[in-house]
Amino acid sequence: MAAVTITAVRKRFGGTEVISGVDVAIGDGEFCVLVGPSGCGKSTLLRMIAGLEEITDGEIAIGGVVVNRVPPKQRDIAMVFQNYALYPHMTVRDNMSFALKLAKQPRAEVEGRVARAAEILGLASYLDRYPRQLSGGQRQRVAMGRAIVRDPQVFLFDEPLSNLDAKLRVAMRTEIKELHQRLKTTSIYVTHDQIEAMTMADRIVVMRDGRVEQIGDPLELYDTPANIFVAGFIGSPAMNLVPGTARVNGTRPSVEFEGGLRLPLPHAAQASDGQAVLYGMRPEHCAPSDAAGLPAEVVVVEPTGADTQLFCRFNGRDISSLVRERVSCRPGDRIRLAPDPARVHVFDAATGARLGAREP
Amino acid sequence: MTAGATTAGGPARTGRAGRLNRALDNRNLLGLLFMLPAAALLLVFLTYPLGLGIWLGFTDTRIGRGGHWVGLANYLYLAGDAVARLSVFNTIVYTVVASTFKFALGLWLALLLNEKLPFKSILRAIVLLPFIVPTALSAIAFWWIYDAQFSVISWMLVRLGWIHQYIDFLGDPWLARMSTIIANIWRGVPFVAICLLAGLQTISPSYYEAASLDGASSWQKFRYVTMPLLTPIIAVVMTFSVLFTFTDFQLIYVLTRGGPANATHLMATLSFQRAIPGGALGEGAALAVAMIPFLLAAILFSYFGLQRRAWQQGADS
Repeated sequence: MAAVTITAVRKRFGGTEVISGVDVAIGDGEFCVLVGPSGCGKSTLLRMIAGLEEITDGEIAIGGVVVNRVPPKQRDIAMVFQNYALYPHMTVRDNMSFALKLAKQPRAEVEGRVARAAEILGLASYLDRYPRQLSGGQRQRVAMGRAIVRDPQVFLFDEPLSNLDAKLRVAMRTEIKELHQRLKTTSIYVTHDQIEAMTMADRIVVMRDGRVEQIGDPLELYDTPANIFVAGFIGSPAMNLVPGTARVNGTRPSVEFEGGLRLPLPHAAQASDGQAVLYGMRPEHCAPSDAAGLPAEVVVVEPTGADTQLFCRFNGRDISSLVRERVSCRPGDRIRLAPDPARVHVFDAATGARLGAREP
Repeated sequence: MTAGATTAGGPARTGRAGRLNRALDNRNLLGLLFMLPAAALLLVFLTYPLGLGIWLGFTDTRIGRGGHWVGLANYLYLAGDAVARLSVFNTIVYTVVASTFKFALGLWLALLLNEKLPFKSILRAIVLLPFIVPTALSAIAFWWIYDAQFSVISWMLVRLGWIHQYIDFLGDPWLARMSTIIANIWRGVPFVAICLLAGLQTISPSYYEAASLDGASSWQKFRYVTMPLLTPIIAVVMTFSVLFTFTDFQLIYVLTRGGPANATHLMATLSFQRAIPGGALGEGAALAVAMIPFLLAAILFSYFGLQRRAWQQGADS
């Protein structure tokens, strides 16, 4: 187990810079998720930690040792690949013991470790099969088993669940998290799925276009997104963002929307009068109400049983609302959506940055 | 279902037409019908010449005279014939030595070309050149290279002062054998190299990345990842290479005509020699047919020894 420190790391492929100055400090034993849309550089960053890509500039340290010039095999890391990269010509047992055999571990030790890993992952009866004879989920487990037997300093996961079907993905998500709680090995996990990030991470690093947008624990990102990108990326269904103008000259600071409607501005939001802002409301904080609120027309009603999602239109803009109770709305109904004033987010429309550090 | 489909045409359809229609709905019968033309072509153009060859081997046919069935007489005669036995020996030496070198050099070239090299595509094209040149043409070039009076190799070695007399490459039995083998290797390496290169490119880079993280050195990656994954392709390529080499004719015929003193006669060249210039069609055919068991053995070895691997099979064992 070890801490991983990434300092001012850059990566260029030819003339294209794919990572432009990333700083992340991952604590010992932490489960850190790198998340972002495809092409944001998260996989490249992971591969640089693994030593599969050169580091153009900056420093990566594992356990306090700078590894920029250390070949992958000496970094004491294990990686689970997106396509698992199981050696097709080796049995499950051989796949899992390959690294240990190369390290010339005594045979009894190798067998013991493989047996333990197989036990943890429920692979004991598959040890003599070839990867081809396994299902997707089983292959995924073998890939993890191959990492576990090494007992490395750091686990790296490169979108390990994206080749699985939705149901299995949810199950494996829990399994990986449980495994981490059991082994407590520092883990760095790359995904483009914000649900995976939210559910698994101790800490999330949101990346976009080779930069870090925000680092924080899942609920911190959810409650106080630093900018509109994080606000829109974290949380499903996504946050509603409605443009408006800040009005702070009166007694009650507010945001004025197209059509003259005003909603209160949160206390913490530092806006100047007349500033163009984006008013962010999470769907679950934006319930239909009889009192004041955004006048909207219901377009689609999607009941899932546990909750109901309403797709509405306000000033030609889509707004979604998630309600726990069963509602009697029908498409075409005109309703009012009242955001919870304590939980709205206000962003500068020009820079996209959050106005005000914390919620009241 | 089938019955429903055929009767859908109406109750009026009965008797022979109905039976024919029903028969044509049968997938097996229809498949057989569609296969017939191809099967007929194969029968006429492949099976007939092969069958005729085998038949001729059991007769005493000579050019211009029909033959009679003589049973195994041709084979018995050839088994006692020193030249025929020498040709079998030559063919085996030629095939084993040339194929070994073709494999080693071809694999080495393929590994080189699989690396990140400048001008890679041009290099690949150059590697393919010997394969593109017609054999007869390249054989003539080699003939000059090996010529007793004008050999460029001899000339260079004399100039360097390493030897004082021109080497008669094609005049000495073992020198001639080695010279023809080298010419064959030169011609065969590109095929092996390009096929193995294609095989190397099918190996996913992530296996090598996983092996790097597992702590494998370059040699260990080659030994534990490249070789096992390449084995099925090696089996196919080397089977073809062995078949081509074993049945080689052009190169020998242009370079040495089997000389000196039959030292480079292969079974194929001797078979032609006996059958056409010699006129003994039956004997030549018998010698050619005698190659079949060797070829079959090579194919079976590759099929059972190298090609079929448990890990390539799908589903549960």
